[in-house]
Amino acid sequence: MHNFDFVKPSSIAEAVKALSNEGAQALSGGQTLTPTMKQRLAAPSVLVSLTGIAEMKGVCLGDDGLSIGAATPHAVVAAEAAKHYPALAALAGGIGDPAVRNRGTIGGSLANNDPAACYPAAVLGSGATVVTNKRKIAADDYFQGMFTTALEEGEIITGVTFPVPEKAAYVKFNQPASRFALTGVFVAKFKGGVRVAVTGASNNGVFRWSEGESALSSNFSGAAVAGLKVDAAEMIGDLHGTPEYRAHLVKVLTKRAVDAAR
Amino acid sequence: MPKDYGIGASSKRREDVRFLSGLGNYTDDVVIAGQTYAVFVRSTVAHGRIKSVGTATASAMPGVLAVFTGEDFKDVGGNPAGWLINSRDGTPMREPKRPVLAHGKVRHVGDAYAAVVAETLQQAKDAAQVIADETEIEELPAIVDMAQALADSSNRVHDEIPDNQCFDWGWIEDNRAATEAAFKSAPHVTTLELVNNRLVPNAMEPRASIGEYFPGTGDYKLTTTSQNPHLTRLLIAAFVMGIPENKLTVVAPDVGGGFGSKIYHYGEEALVLAAAKKIKRPVKWVAERSESFLSDAHGRDHVTKIELACDKQGNFLAFRTSTMANVGAYLSNFSTATPTFLHGTLMAGPYKVPHVYVNVKTVFTNTAPVDAYRGAGRPEATYSLERVIDKMCRELNLDPFEVRRKNFLTTDMFPYTTPVGLVYDTGNYQATLDKAMELGDVAGFEKRRVESAKRGKLRGMGLSTWIEACGIAPSNLVGILGSRVGLYDAATVRVNATGNISVMTGAHSHGQGHETVFAQVVAEQLGIPESSIEIVHGDTSKIPFGMGSYGSRSLAVCGTAMTKAVDKIIAKGKKIAAHMLEAAEGDITFADGKFSVAGTDKAKTFGEIAFSAYVPHNYPLETLEPGLEETAFYDPANFTYPAGAYLCEVEVDAETGKVEVCSFTCADDFGNVMNPMIVEGQVHGGVGQGIGQALLENTSYDENGQLLTGSYMDYAMPRADDVPFYTVDASCITPCTHNPLGVKGCGEAGAIGSPPAVVNAVIDALHRGGHTHVTHIDMPVSPSRVWSAMNA
Repeated sequence: MHNFDFVKPSSIAEAVKALSNEGAQALSGGQTLTPTMKQRLAAPSVLVSLTGIAEMKGVCLGDDGLSIGAATPHAVVAAEAAKHYPALAALAGGIGDPAVRNRGTIGGSLANNDPAACYPAAVLGSGATVVTNKRKIAADDYFQGMFTTALEEGEIITGVTFPVPEKAAYVKFNQPASRFALTGVFVAKFKGGVRVAVTGASNNGVFRWSEGESALSSNFSGAAVAGLKVDAAEMIGDLHGTPEYRAHLVKVLTKRAVDAAR
Repeated sequence: MPKDYGIGASSKRREDVRFLSGLGNYTDDVVIAGQTYAVFVRSTVAHGRIKSVGTATASAMPGVLAVFTGEDFKDVGGNPAGWLINSRDGTPMREPKRPVLAHGKVRHVGDAYAAVVAETLQQAKDAAQVIADETEIEELPAIVDMAQALADSSNRVHDEIPDNQCFDWGWIEDNRAATEAAFKSAPHVTTLELVNNRLVPNAMEPRASIGEYFPGTGDYKLTTTSQNPHLTRLLIAAFVMGIPENKLTVVAPDVGGGFGSKIYHYGEEALVLAAAKKIKRPVKWVAERSESFLSDAHGRDHVTKIELACDKQGNFLAFRTSTMANVGAYLSNFSTATPTFLHGTLMAGPYKVPHVYVNVKTVFTNTAPVDAYRGAGRPEATYSLERVIDKMCRELNLDPFEVRRKNFLTTDMFPYTTPVGLVYDTGNYQATLDKAMELGDVAGFEKRRVESAKRGKLRGMGLSTWIEACGIAPSNLVGILGSRVGLYDAATVRVNATGNISVMTGAHSHGQGHETVFAQVVAEQLGIPESSIEIVHGDTSKIPFGMGSYGSRSLAVCGTAMTKAVDKIIAKGKKIAAHMLEAAEGDITFADGKFSVAGTDKAKTFGEIAFSAYVPHNYPLETLEPGLEETAFYDPANFTYPAGAYLCEVEVDAETGKVEVCSFTCADDFGNVMNPMIVEGQVHGGVGQGIGQALLENTSYDENGQLLTGSYMDYAMPRADDVPFYTVDASCITPCTHNPLGVKGCGEAGAIGSPPAVVNAVIDALHRGGHTHVTHIDMPVSPSRVWSAMNA
């Protein structure tokens, strides 16, 4: 790791200002950035911690849904969202291990947009809104491919607001080594229809399985997707699974998520 | 009532108190005043010609004290191969030099070609990066695939070795014709091609070394992560550096696991010594995990075709194997022994099979060196045999339990000379099979299968009946077979004046629990409390010249040396007692910690004898030496032959292909058991590693020789929830006939016996689930591979 300066602002405005410095980099839970720096693959000159900003922390049920501060660790979401949005809480409680869940944050996960991360599936599957210091971004506009988002330079995620569905579930199939999602499917049933978001599987990052959504919107049961076939063309193929295997898992996990939804 | 001390007691591991409370003293915990830091510059290409190493800028960077390249070591020796193997045609194996730092060419990703020593680790890393940036290496096509390596002489790992072959070994060449004849006339032949997957050892503590040089005396000291400090000293002194052995001390303090990977001498150890001498300051190097992945000696990596000839009832007539074994870019110290004499000699298994022939071609590739890893050759033999036997049973519709049973050697056949050159002294394979079937409730399997099926799971059961040769090794035999070292061991027992005891062992404990078990054995022999006995190991300036720990040898070989040294202590104690009690030496008996004159109540306690030995105020010095300290060396007469039966039950998720190990039952014959709890723990660890190999661990190089699984993000280690609660039994005992404790060794068994049991269970589950076209899946049997096989 190279040397760097460290600042820990207590307001969003101060954080934005600190990030305008040359070579500054936002640090939330550090679950990706810190190992990258240790391997000397990243060398920011200033780290701007976002974990000392009170307004970016906490879980709160409001009129728009469940709002979660961007700097809220997974473990807090797992505990505090449980009574409002159990599927989301369960997803947060299944990320990594206790150490990861006590450090890693929802904002950090979304800003990084790892193609195998869990949170993007919940955000896209819920049709949540990503709130930044500048604007509100609909989930459908936010995710733009592997490690790519709608965020602009210096823009900070301050929170996420989740509409709470009637029923939802997230089912993750672990990559055996990292235990990230080899494929993970988040299914959410709203009054107006069903959303199905898939992480881990696609070369384009998290995506909505629209064919599955329409089948489930007319019949919310595992059987509804049994006859569908998921196209393997855009799926990831690596040591841990072929594109065909991941395509297959999308269907299996969707079915299981529907069965588990509550 | 179980014993609460001495042999057979489950004494708690005394070393765990420090290990579990953060009080261990590992190499990186050793901080020496004035220490400096070494960082190695490692090749990022698998194969390349070094045009220039860019040291100029780095040498002048802040804090940099010295920079080394292969040029600095071109005149010192190479790290040698410990075992000479001859090819079938009688020609000796090819032994390319393995230099301290790569010189001329780099031969695998991670091959170190330069090193920097600096005041701080950060400065050393900064300089290493500059060297990497300013070095010119002409990339050459990588040689990764073994078959291609053998076939293509135009591309060579070592320029002087045209076909990249180290040797082509036949075992036993004289058996070949008879084996071929047996196959020609056999009523049935089963053939199986399989891969024994390469594994990264992944000891919890990465390798680390500290070099020191003392200009006043010219002495060197190496503190390092070693399983065998004397062997490391010998290799550095006699082969690599030319330092006189008596000027070099090697210390292996607490070592956090080895599994074989810390048997070997590595160039980093030589470098820190050379650097310490050059800059006259201590030099420390600690591997990062990524370096461990790239530069530790890996394990396994065999591609094998095995054939089994039998009659229609499944009676074995002959086994024949043809194996390509990867040795990687250089020969590591025992990499030529592992695929040969630790593999081919086990290819008869626990079975009465008249003909066996084994062919092994070892191949150089642009990958990390491969050497012994827990089990070393014996897992490869066991996996091949137990998989092909299962396949044969399926082809002939025979019961896999009964086929093994009817082919087992029977208890009246020992000692038994196998067709592959070993003499099994004792065993009872029927007993361990019966025990495994009982403990694993084979009778209740069908009920469990039906219950699994209701949950959409395919349940299967797999068996493996394994044998190994350990207690390594009789020096006269291994000498004939090409070993360049002896494999005896040694122990010194020092009774101190106050009656407590220091035992210095050649064996090294890096997780095994020697400090507990060896003390139990001595306590039993002398009738004194375990707490009065301290086990000292790992420091060549303290211990006798022993050969360290590997090959499940510590108790069988070093433990025997120790008991022999204790016997000498007792004999000397009798002399002292005879003097003190004014009796004839022949009348002195020793029992329960007391020396007595037979038939009288005259006696001296062990403590009184010890004190007298060091306060010899009225000794007849012409006939009685003061002191009570004895050393014994022991060279075994034979290998030991642990064996057992392992039973695995799995559930396969029919939709995803994911395998869950539901139960794992081990019935082992380890001979006499000194500490049942530690033995059980050793089996747990070994089976955990075996399940890891079978289901998870995949060392994958791409066609450019880049390691795709170079971190835990992609290299899957078994975790607690990947393994079941084990059922472990060691009650079937046939004591080893040629060591006084009757012990055989238990350290590797789990890793040897378990992989085929797991894979057999998966294939069984698929067949019972209707996927009868699946005859084999290579390890690791990952969900993706299982699903692909089901849907092929």
